[in-house]
Amino acid sequence: MAAKAKGRWLVVAVPYLWLLALFLVPFLIVFKISLSQDAIAQPPYFPTFALSEGWAAIKESLGELSFENYGYVLSWDNEFIEAYGSSLVIAGISTVLLLLVGYPIAYAMARSSKALRPTLLMLVILPFWTSFLIRVYAWIGILSPEGLLNQFLFFLGVIDHPLEILATDTAVYIGIVYSYLPFMILPLYSALEKMDDTLLEAAADLGCTPFAAFWKITWPLSLPGVFAGCLLCFIPAVGEFVIPDLLGGSDTLMIGKVLWTEFSVNRSWTVSSAVAVLLLLVLVVPIVLYQNVQQREVEGR
Amino acid sequence: MDRKLSWFNVTSLVLGFAFLYLPIVLLVIYSFNASRLVTVWAGFSTHWYGELLRNEQLLDAAWVTLRVAFITACVATVLGTMAAITLTRYGRFYGRTLFSGMIYAPLVMPDVITGLSLLLLFVAVNFDRGFWTITLAHITFTMCFVCVVVQSRLVTFDRSLEEAALDLGCPPLKTFFVVTLPIILPAVVSGWMLAFTLSLDDLVIASFTTGPGATTLPMRIYSQVRLGVTPEINAVCTILIGIVTVVVIGASIITKRQEVERQKAERLAAAG
Repeated sequence: MAAKAKGRWLVVAVPYLWLLALFLVPFLIVFKISLSQDAIAQPPYFPTFALSEGWAAIKESLGELSFENYGYVLSWDNEFIEAYGSSLVIAGISTVLLLLVGYPIAYAMARSSKALRPTLLMLVILPFWTSFLIRVYAWIGILSPEGLLNQFLFFLGVIDHPLEILATDTAVYIGIVYSYLPFMILPLYSALEKMDDTLLEAAADLGCTPFAAFWKITWPLSLPGVFAGCLLCFIPAVGEFVIPDLLGGSDTLMIGKVLWTEFSVNRSWTVSSAVAVLLLLVLVVPIVLYQNVQQREVEGR
Repeated sequence: MDRKLSWFNVTSLVLGFAFLYLPIVLLVIYSFNASRLVTVWAGFSTHWYGELLRNEQLLDAAWVTLRVAFITACVATVLGTMAAITLTRYGRFYGRTLFSGMIYAPLVMPDVITGLSLLLLFVAVNFDRGFWTITLAHITFTMCFVCVVVQSRLVTFDRSLEEAALDLGCPPLKTFFVVTLPIILPAVVSGWMLAFTLSLDDLVIASFTTGPGATTLPMRIYSQVRLGVTPEINAVCTILIGIVTVVVIGASIITKRQEVERQKAERLAAAG
């Protein structure tokens, strides 16, 4: 029995310790560095804590921590607050668009014959396996002024001068909807697929129109999928970097891009840490909601 | 819901899949363009594929990426499966909420936060940045995806099989390898593949955690894409898409065949 207990303990401990060391501890470090100041040194911030220098030195270093970076990030003079706001707006609008585009597809998949469903599911998942970067890149060639979309519209005679889509917010919306669509479709599909068809038949027998039946039966029953899909798309979209960077314009303000710039161009590790901590605070409510949805989905059958 | 599709259903499927696939198809077609200008068609040519084979930087990056992805997928599959067993089989234990939180949060955590926090960890402990830091970072976020995939299989399977083996005196470890693993194997395999492709695909986390000397393919592609669209990049992308498509479809056919055979064996056992 002792060996068994030991084995059990090991199965928990290895992934647990791994995540503590490489997921939780890094956040504490980010928090600590967000309270530090930039320095021209290696590493480029101070204070640094060295256990070897004893308790007094550590205590002195603690005194040097300050919330200065947060003041900088939260001041109206800088673009950070605007960037948080516009990221939330862009992610929010994209999530609604995703739901509008994804729901009819998931619905049609769930209504198709049992034989066809695995193939359709495969077709939705396949683009998700191909590189995210490649999929975003593909849109540059389509949306650019001399790109394929403009060539096509020109050919049809719909336009006489090229549409400016690349390097605008519209391109960012297209990019997000395109890249995240499988994440929206899959939870919706799994909720809709479980639905009992006899409920709709009963409604029809009792004189309910198909449209009313949809709103009274299908939609409420699909809500868990709607929540899961929306959170799964909204949260990463808020911190998105690649899409606004490649498809957006210079005036597309998103916090992921700002954080990246702060880190790699301005080389301020402390300010980027403060930006990351605040972003996490903004996202903590949706993340906790998502965890509850996920937990119920996997564990509470 | 097993009924005839309405015209609305068919339209949404057709438009939806056109939206999902058209950009990829166009990208592939234009990789065979003879012209350097990506958007002007100048005849069929495999010129850019030949050019690729001479681009050593790109080949180096591809090799680094494949090694990172392979190690990541293997380690993440083991860790993720362990985590999945913990979450489905161990009931309540001290610190469980924190554990499941740490599993689900990385699934939606923006890449920039994960990347930055891991970089700062590696700097704080003075770990030389490069190949191994990218690999450690990738294992950390992909193991959570593996865990969710394996977990969804574990909750649906019949536990009495495991209990029977244990009752008959089979040690837990052996029970896992003889009874549990064969049943959840399709999920473990798709977990491995998911970890592999997520690692292959990652740009942001790798850019944060890398050091001198380790450049991955997405990083190389990204730096070239910023300079504009080139047919050479289209060719790289086409090769990657081709590999992924073949592997995913192949794996799904294999797991489906296994599933069918298993069901046949079960039926035979029940009849006999």
